[in-house]
Parts: sequence; structure tokens; C-alpha cells
Amino acid sequence: MDNLSGIIMALQGAVSQGVLWGIMTLGLYITYKVLDYADLTVDGSFALGGAVSAILIVKGMNPYLTLIFSIVAGMMAGVVTGFLNTKLKIPAILAGILSMIALYSINIRIMGKPNVALLGEATVVTQIMNLTGLSNSVISLLLGILFAAVITGIMYWYFGTEIGCAIRATGNNEYMVRALGASTDQMKILGLLISNGLVALSGALVAQSQGYADVGMGTGTLVIGLASIIIGEVIFGKRFNFAYKLLSVVLGSAIYRMIIAIVLQMGLKSSDLKLLTAVIVAMALSIPVVKKKIAVR
Amino acid sequence: MLKLFNINKTFNAGTINEKKVLVNFDLHLHPEDFVTVIGGNGAGKSTMLNIIAGVHISDSGQVILDGQDITKDPEYVRAKNLGRVFQDPMMGTAADMGIEENLAMAYRRNKKRGLSWGISHEERVLYHEKLKILDLGLENRLKSKVGLLSGGQRQALTLLMATLQKPKLLLLDEHTAALDPKTARRVLQITEEIVTENKLTTLMVTHNMKDAIRYGNRLIMMNEGRIIYDVAGEEKRSLRVEDLLKKFESASGEAAANDRMILA
Repeated sequence: MDNLSGIIMALQGAVSQGVLWGIMTLGLYITYKVLDYADLTVDGSFALGGAVSAILIVKGMNPYLTLIFSIVAGMMAGVVTGFLNTKLKIPAILAGILSMIALYSINIRIMGKPNVALLGEATVVTQIMNLTGLSNSVISLLLGILFAAVITGIMYWYFGTEIGCAIRATGNNEYMVRALGASTDQMKILGLLISNGLVALSGALVAQSQGYADVGMGTGTLVIGLASIIIGEVIFGKRFNFAYKLLSVVLGSAIYRMIIAIVLQMGLKSSDLKLLTAVIVAMALSIPVVKKKIAVR
Repeated sequence: MLKLFNINKTFNAGTINEKKVLVNFDLHLHPEDFVTVIGGNGAGKSTMLNIIAGVHISDSGQVILDGQDITKDPEYVRAKNLGRVFQDPMMGTAADMGIEENLAMAYRRNKKRGLSWGISHEERVLYHEKLKILDLGLENRLKSKVGLLSGGQRQALTLLMATLQKPKLLLLDEHTAALDPKTARRVLQITEEIVTENKLTTLMVTHNMKDAIRYGNRLIMMNEGRIIYDVAGEEKRSLRVEDLLKKFESASGEAAANDRMILA
């Protein structure tokens, strides 16, 4: 019985964390699903978002305003990766790795040390807490849902516009897009910009929710995002319109956190989680190949 | 309309695989010319089209389209004035997007893409009308994913997309080669209708000599990066496949025996 209530408590926190991380997953969806581009920059830009927001809060800036700076910083990181990939012809994975490694140093420079605590500082979460008296995890959840809903709405609109269509087409058939007069380089850079902006926003919100930013907080972001996308797709199916797919990705992120919370309660160490996540993603990615092999026999 | 001056293109220069694909190549197309291009494998036909389209940049020479020097323009900039259909039906369309979304991309080929909605209502009416002319039943499937279409349907759609905004030059790179004979005939028929109706200047590479004679007002034969035969008007109309084969043999010498099969 004790165990069960522990799990329920853990699940509550897991869902709110999952939804905040879900904003990162929305960003990753743009590169991984729309552009068909595995962007490792996100490991760095997630921490970048947290670092920028945390240090600005410590310096006395309004916590909401810091979110905008985090988004812009993330966008710049995305542009750098895009530049490396499209203009300098460095393969996508390697371009992302380079940005990620560079961001490790940059993030420590920004914070002046490997982590910044927000104890006693006014964050988005603590401000609402003082106003309403709700708990941290409830506020985080509400904030996450609000941001995820607004971003889903904006993305649904944006990817229906002329430019948005060109970005989608770039992920589908680059030859065609160039033959139809749009620069695939520009579309990729634009996609990476938006994606990393969202990832950094997610990092900033997570930092404010947990009360600190850490240079290592982004480690494994890409893999976690992939796991969330895959879980969302498997559970909710590839149905209906773009907005449904985006929402299923956010829910996928929440479910991923719930799975993690449950296995932790069952006795796994938190340092085992990366292995578990890698196994989940590897299994999910190999399903089509295995299915084919079985069908051949 | 199109002028190619002294184009040279060598692949893998300085290596053991060095291949001179185009040698001091000149070509001049008049407005509304419909030129068919034939030649054996490695004659440089596709490379010529790719240099016009900007997929490859020539080592030397100039590409002039409608009085404008486009030699150094990137592919997507030139695309504003070019309509292109490829040999591979997969290349000209986006499989995971709907028919109308593909057409909407093509409709904006020479326009700046902004934040207005990707497809307008008036466009849908236009697409319906244009697809109806193709007579492939696509007009009632505007929302269908292009990946569900057959190769022939995709090529016909690509052709429509290439000409939705009138291009200054239409480039067809063996666009029926991957289709079965019956479908190929239908797509060629559609090609001719569209080219004639819109008075398009067209360059069509083909490996089929009969098609090369039947379509267009001018025919050029290429071999080893040069034009070895250039014929137009009455003389072209009276050509027979045997004439072309003979021409090819006398120009290229011994290689003819092998290449004949490819050309036939």
C-alpha cells in the first residue's frame, strides 16, 4: 500500500515534468519528423535555455522575460547547426554534435560555473505559487499545458502557410523543392531555428520548475525526445491532422516520464534511465525492420 | 530563348576516372522550339540539362536564358524560370503530401513564399480544372497523398506542376523512360498538348528514336559531349529511324554497334 501511494505521488510530478519536456519534444518533432533530420544540437540548446533563463533571473530579470532570451539563444544555436550542415556541408549528425559540444563550454561561460541554483529567486513557478498557493507540480503542469497548447496552435498555423509547406516538402523531397524554386538550405535552417528555440524554451521552463539550471541537464535530450515521439505515435496512432499528431507527441512525453517514474519506484537507479531510454528507442526504431524480416519468412 | 556558349564539364578531373562529359558545347534555342535530344549512354544529355537547371555548375562557358546570364545562379533561383520533369517519377513530387499541396508548391515556383495560407480556395478550383484535362481521375482526389499514385499518374502530375506557372524553358529528362509503353504514350501525348497549348520552349531528352522524330520541331543528336547532328523543319519531319542510326554510326564509328541497342 505504501508502495502504491509512493507511485501515485511520483506520477504526479512525472506528468508535470513530462508536459514541460513535451515542449522540447514539439521542437524535436520539427527536425526529426518534419525535416527528417536527427539534430543533436538539442542536447546543448536545452541546457542553453535553462542556463540563460537561470542566470538572468539571478541577475534580477523578470522570469517571463528571460524565456524570450532563452528562445532567442536556442534559435541562434539552431542557425549555427544549420549553417554547418547546409553551407559547410558537414553531415547532419556531425553538425549537431559539434554544436552540442560547443554549447557545453558556452553554457558554463554563461552561468560562470556548471550550475546555477534559483533558491529564493522569483521564478515563473514561485510567482504563481505565492499568488495561488498551489503546489509546484500542479503549477508546472498547468504552465506546461498552457505553453504546449499555444505552441501547438501556432505550429498548426505555421506549417499550413506557404513557408511552412515548403519546410514540410523539404523533409519529403529536396529535389522537388529546389526544382520548384525554394531554397532547401533556407528551409532547413529555418526548421532548426524554430526547433531549437522551442527546445530552449522547454529547458528554461524545466530549470525554473526544478529550481536550478545545470550544464548536464540536456544530456540525452534527443533520445528522450525520440522516445516521447515514438511512444506518442504508438499509443495514439498516426491519425487525423497535424495538431492531433503534435498533441500526441506531448502526451507521449508525459507517458515517458510516467514509465520512468514507475521503474524508479520499482527499484531501478536513476543512473540506469539512460540505458533504459536507449533500449526503448532502439527497439521502437527496429520494429519496421524486424516486421519485414518476419514477413519475408 | 536559351543560349549555351562553350560549355565544358569534366567529372573527376585529375583522377583515373576523369570523364569529359561536355566539350566546347554550344546550343541555341529559339522561342517556342520543341527540341528532342538523343544520344548513347554518357553522351552528356542529362549533364546538359543539369547544367541548364543548375544542379551542376559548368567548368567554363555561359548559360543565357531569355537574355539573362544565369551561369552562376543557384538551382532554386533558376527554378523560377524553369519547368522540370525527371526520369524518376519519385523525384518530381512529394509522396507524403497531398495532390493539392504538391500543386500549391508548384503554383508558387516563381513567387515569394510568405505567411499566407498554403492553398487558397480559388487555387483549388484551378487545380480541379487542370487535373480534369489530364483525364486520369485525379481531379476528385485533391487530398490524396501523391505516394498512392502510379508512376504514370505521378509523371503527369509532375508535368502539370512544371507548367502550372508558365516556364521560360521546359526541361524533360527521359521523363517516360521509367513507364510502361502504354503509359509512356499517354504521358507523351499530355506533354505535347501542354507544350503546344502554352507555346512552351522545350528540351526533351529521350532514348526512343521514334519519339524523338515524332515530337517537336527540331532534333539534336549528341555523342561524347558534342552535338553531332542538328536537324529541324521539313528535314526532321521526313526522318526515319534508319537515317538516325546511320548518322550515329558514321559520327561515332565503332561504338555504334553497342550503342545501337540503347538507342533503338
